[in-house]
Amino acid sequence: MYTNFFLDLKKFGIPVSIQEYLTFLECLKNNLSEFEIEKFYFLARATLVKHEKFFDRFDQIFSSNFSGYEKINIKTIIDKIELPKEWLEKLAEKLLNKDQLNEIKSLGSFEKLMETLKKRLEEQKGRHQGGNKWVGTAGTSPFGAYGYNPEGIRIGQQESRHKKAVKVWDKRIFKNLDENREIGTRSMKIALKRLRMWARNGLDEELDLDNTIASTARSGFLDIKTRPEKENAVKILIFFDVGGSMDAYVSKIQELFSAARSAFKHIEYYYFHNCLYEGVWKNNRRRWEEQISTFDLIHKFNKDYKCIFVGDAAMSPYEIEMVGGANEHHNNESGRTWLERARSQWPNNIWINPTHEDYWQYTQSTLMLQEIFDNRMVPLTLNGLDEGMRLLN
Amino acid sequence: MEFKNTENYITTKDLEMAVNAAINLEKPLLIKGEPGTGKTELAKQVALKLGLELFEWNIKSTTKAHQGLYEYDAVSRLRDSQLGDKKVNDIKNYINKGTIWMAFSSEERAVLLIDEIDKADIEFPNDLLHELDKMKFLIYETGEIISAKKRPIVIITSNNEKELPDAFLRRCFFHYIQFPDQETLAKIINVHFPKIKNNLLQSALEIFFEIREVPGLKKKPSTSEILDWIKLLLVEDIPVSDLKKDPKDMLPILYGALLKNEQDVQLFEKLAFINRNR
Repeated sequence: MYTNFFLDLKKFGIPVSIQEYLTFLECLKNNLSEFEIEKFYFLARATLVKHEKFFDRFDQIFSSNFSGYEKINIKTIIDKIELPKEWLEKLAEKLLNKDQLNEIKSLGSFEKLMETLKKRLEEQKGRHQGGNKWVGTAGTSPFGAYGYNPEGIRIGQQESRHKKAVKVWDKRIFKNLDENREIGTRSMKIALKRLRMWARNGLDEELDLDNTIASTARSGFLDIKTRPEKENAVKILIFFDVGGSMDAYVSKIQELFSAARSAFKHIEYYYFHNCLYEGVWKNNRRRWEEQISTFDLIHKFNKDYKCIFVGDAAMSPYEIEMVGGANEHHNNESGRTWLERARSQWPNNIWINPTHEDYWQYTQSTLMLQEIFDNRMVPLTLNGLDEGMRLLN
Repeated sequence: MEFKNTENYITTKDLEMAVNAAINLEKPLLIKGEPGTGKTELAKQVALKLGLELFEWNIKSTTKAHQGLYEYDAVSRLRDSQLGDKKVNDIKNYINKGTIWMAFSSEERAVLLIDEIDKADIEFPNDLLHELDKMKFLIYETGEIISAKKRPIVIITSNNEKELPDAFLRRCFFHYIQFPDQETLAKIINVHFPKIKNNLLQSALEIFFEIREVPGLKKKPSTSEILDWIKLLLVEDIPVSDLKKDPKDMLPILYGALLKNEQDVQLFEKLAFINRNR
């Protein structure tokens, strides 16, 4: 019945599974939507969509699948299709008041019921000038056994509902919950937390149950053993590109930096310009006076460190390939040499690039760095960070 | 069993639908939304409205899934064995019920709230898949299988700090509590402060929504913040005229209740400064 709708959801990238679809059908079978398209919409959303970022997309798919149905009028349906008796009775219950119903029942014939119902529907239609009385795709017949599902019907009863002319899903109130939302430090931290290595260091503060039992059994009296608590022991070394073309990304990089600072206990950071050469620095204001030799870093930090380069990788190709190609000083060895040295010292490495992934292919230096880094270059988005953390693990 | 508006909790139609679907199909309901929009309160109100007992399980970053089921207190058993206590012969004496077990063993249908599930470790929801799906679990120590007498209504809240695993999501109904519009918010405030004067309410709401629209706020004030603020306004007995003293003065009176972040206050001060110079 709703397979097309379901397939559309899948097609447009909303992660729905058969299991959820079946749950949805079960809800309809239990008549939770009560023949109202709005309730049907809410029900579909609660069962099929599991993240608010998909709400907007869902609204659009829903709208394209089910718009127009409300224009089908009930008489056409009654004329065209042979409806099961129980279903009509149910409809009659909704439409007619008790006395009228009893009156018809006393007449006792199904034809009579049909007739009254039709008449009644016509009347209603006239009185409300059509617009409000519609049949939607909402709901399902509660009579699954008939193998017939007349796409549910909503016959508006409460006047207040009709005031809401704009359908909820067409308002698209969830528009700004869709993806591409700004990534704040909070969400960055979560992405960075993927990178964890539990280790026990420090004070013995936690009860070590297994050891206690073992040693109690051995010594014949209660012998409590403790051990240090688990903590994230991952070690991070970050190199930030500063100045020049990076200025546009300062605020983004700041966020990344502050997120990384609080997510990792062991973190070291240094700055470089455009490409890694023989010297890096910790203080941008004194970058010429207080340079630290990259060689020293390679010897200081062992292979356990995970190495992250952050930069837009936009520079002249000479700055990577040539001796003396650096744009601020004369370098005795090429940038590529230094990058490869760093990569072999810290095999767990990535390059985080704040520029949009789509533009990478237009910058030659970006392509070259991608090649140097074996494609371990990720964009500075949540997905990119996720991917990067996976590469580092 | 049907859940609707209660005396002190205003619901929207989509929320009612989600809750009722979860009750009907006996599946967990996952609630997300901005902080302070009443996610936790929902479970309490469902329990209250339907007259059911509420079991609350508040999750912390250190919470483990099995703690909700049961905990085997090996240490006290060990200690008792030293003291020669008779209790020690029966392992059952050392198995402490967790919140999920308590909800399962309730004779009547109960409401089980798993609050802020995203605070726990990333694997936490996966560890509870089977338990919440089948509503039963095994106690390894005794080999006993505990299954729910009546499947409880499970309400799970999340603040979006971690993405939840797909397998877990598939088993839940999902609802995102939208921030209420002005009309609904007025209703909510009226429920909490029935005696509030209409003009005070209107101007307070206006100011409130203006604040929410200021771009670049780190933490937008939400329902619980405006309730606190109005409470303060009422306690201090501030007249409506004081609320809008000077249109150039950006910081609202008693702003401490609305802006909880130093950077946000600074942002407002900056804006006020810019306005003054105009």
